[in-house]
Amino acid sequence: MQRGKGMKFVGDSRIKTAEHRKPNIPKDYSEYPGKTEAFWPNFLLKEWMVGAVFLVGYLCLTVAHPSPLERIADPTDTAYIPLPDWYFLFLYQLLKYTYASGPYNVIGALVIPGLAFGALMLAPFIDRGPHRRPAKRPFAVGFMLLAIAAIFFLTWESASTHDWEAAKKQGEIVAESSVDKESEGYKVFNASGCISCHGAELTGGASAPTLLDTGLTPEEVAKIAKEGQGAMPAGMFKGSDEDLEKLAEFISNAKSE
Amino acid sequence: MLNKIYDWVDERLDITPLWRDIADHEVPEHVNPAHHFSAFVYCFGGLTFFITVIQILSGMFLTMYYVPDIKNAWQSVFYLQNEVAFGQIIRGMHHWGASLVIVMMFLHTLRVFFQGAYKKPRELNWIVGVLIFFIVLGLGFTGYLLPWDMKALFATKVGLQIAESVPFIGTAIKTLLAGDPTIVGAQTLTRFFAIHVFFLPGALMGLLAAHFLMIRKQGISGPL
Repeated sequence: MQRGKGMKFVGDSRIKTAEHRKPNIPKDYSEYPGKTEAFWPNFLLKEWMVGAVFLVGYLCLTVAHPSPLERIADPTDTAYIPLPDWYFLFLYQLLKYTYASGPYNVIGALVIPGLAFGALMLAPFIDRGPHRRPAKRPFAVGFMLLAIAAIFFLTWESASTHDWEAAKKQGEIVAESSVDKESEGYKVFNASGCISCHGAELTGGASAPTLLDTGLTPEEVAKIAKEGQGAMPAGMFKGSDEDLEKLAEFISNAKSE
Repeated sequence: MLNKIYDWVDERLDITPLWRDIADHEVPEHVNPAHHFSAFVYCFGGLTFFITVIQILSGMFLTMYYVPDIKNAWQSVFYLQNEVAFGQIIRGMHHWGASLVIVMMFLHTLRVFFQGAYKKPRELNWIVGVLIFFIVLGLGFTGYLLPWDMKALFATKVGLQIAESVPFIGTAIKTLLAGDPTIVGAQTLTRFFAIHVFFLPGALMGLLAAHFLMIRKQGISGPL
């Protein structure tokens, strides 16, 4: 940086006046070897083209495969078979081998990954020779190839032994019914036999319509339960008036999600 | 007009050297895919950064809907996925980006390794790069829990069990992450959220800045 006598500044700041400053023009690349070019704008434009092509592929993937969402976490479900995300599978699989699990868990969970990632981190200090070409560094390249092979093998083993069908099933979102099966009305519904035609979820069946979202008042429901309607004969409900009131109230309020 | 505004600011703050330094850095022939097709291997690092930027942006939009609470987390993700306009796309980009960033980072690491580009004088940048690798894996691990669905909860339980099996400090690590030595629940979700959204991205940005400053200072490694 230029400093010293004759320097003029902008007011009382440390910023130099225009004639002492770096001119806003690109530098001369003709001095550089080969086809060296400027980052801005020449090379960045090419990088943007690569980025755009990549982004198109990325968006196609996003549109073609919506991201998965299983049902809400239920810690009481002890039968669930867990699986980490794919990039942790190799570490997870390692813990399934005899000498890397159980009493030897420390080996699988700490020693082997620790050595592998420690060696990766300290690679510049282990592979100290002056050569850069892979053929001239057989040990570094050999160990890396071995590590890659191990990662691919373990990931493959883990993925191929996992029951993907069962995994898909165990995580499925089950539509929840809004029917309160603990209510007194539902108990009457069950005990009176309405359930055999109208279904446990009040969704109806081959012989009877759904009882969800009927829009009927309790009085109208009670009337139908007593006198029947359409294919439903009269006198289906044989319980007490008190129960009929509970039932009518329950069905009148039954709504789907 | 724009030139006048530029000159006005430049006269007062001398901004030209700040950006000309980045704009004028020379790109040698051997890394330019326009001249040698095989130089596409030099794109992996840039693409990793590109996806990282997408992750940050899509993540910012996700937090506009996401609620880090065990009662509402799943509901908010379900709503985002099925009701919100473009919610499926934003979540999809964040979900697939998490996998793609690891793939690209893996390829970038292999490129640097097999070319021996980590050798003197670039040892420090390699170490910073490996630290970035760990941070990104940590982001993957903590982000996986946030939708609070079955696979998230149980994968996290397994991960925490592995952390717990570390001798001497295992329980302490698990407590730090999960908020409790035994329970994986409300506290775990808020901690993972904080780690995923504040702690790790903060560390990541610092390390990325160091990574890029070192590249600018040293220049890219020469041809083999």
